[in-house]
Amino acid sequence: MSTAPAPVELERPDAKEEQRPDLPWLAIVWNDPINLMSYVTYVFQAVFGYSKSKAEKLMMDVHHKGRAVVASGTREEMERDVEILHSYGLWATVKRDD
Amino acid sequence: MSTVKKNRKGVVLRLEAEEAALVHALMRQLVTLLGDAPDADDELASMGIAEHAVKPDDPVLARLFPDAYREDGEAAGEFRRYTEMGLRDGKREAASTVLRTIGDAHDSGVDTVLDKDEAQAWLRALNDVRLALGTRLDISEEWYEEAGRLDPHDPRTAMFAAYDWLTMLQESMVRAVW
Repeated sequence: MSTAPAPVELERPDAKEEQRPDLPWLAIVWNDPINLMSYVTYVFQAVFGYSKSKAEKLMMDVHHKGRAVVASGTREEMERDVEILHSYGLWATVKRDD
Repeated sequence: MSTVKKNRKGVVLRLEAEEAALVHALMRQLVTLLGDAPDADDELASMGIAEHAVKPDDPVLARLFPDAYREDGEAAGEFRRYTEMGLRDGKREAASTVLRTIGDAHDSGVDTVLDKDEAQAWLRALNDVRLALGTRLDISEEWYEEAGRLDPHDPRTAMFAAYDWLTMLQESMVRAVW
């Protein structure tokens, strides 16, 4: 991801945890050199309702580790999430948890 | 010099004439790349489902519509059949919104207030244009250093400059809509 200065602070409550251990499918976001760090953080907040700190942590995981699990749930839920992430231009995939 | 600011009415956007012309030209290219909307009398297409769907050969389209499964080609194809048409529509609509808000101002510059939906369209379409330009330029994490080593007469120099400016504009847009 591209580096950029820290964006404006805005806290939102966590809508759900990114990992629900009872459900076996995952939505994964992969690092790419084009999407802005601020934009990726914004998208995680907008799509999943995550807090600023949680969205930033996930974004940094994507940036440093190359990818991060951003949600888990049923296969249908994860496909829906990945479709929305594609609509924002993020590189996202679905995977069965193993 | 462009400015993007949030006020009570929405996002105030000001672009110089040449900046507006650049965005306008890139959005038109994006719309062309995305192709025509499917025929309304096609029954499957009217439900947003494609008869066949394969990963596009064009690297930019492949980046805009990536495979949703990395190790399961069949699942990736099915996902594409059911989603790509809708995703294309969404991206086309966002770029069209940007073109509409620029209007005739690509000759004179833009001075407008974007409502929430328009600002969202700008955010997404600017990102799509950056994805397209960045993919064509084969942008890496170290692109800034690479661009700095280019001959000033290299045609890519202007493309890198446009990419850099779009990045700054999108950064301002992210801050304004957050």
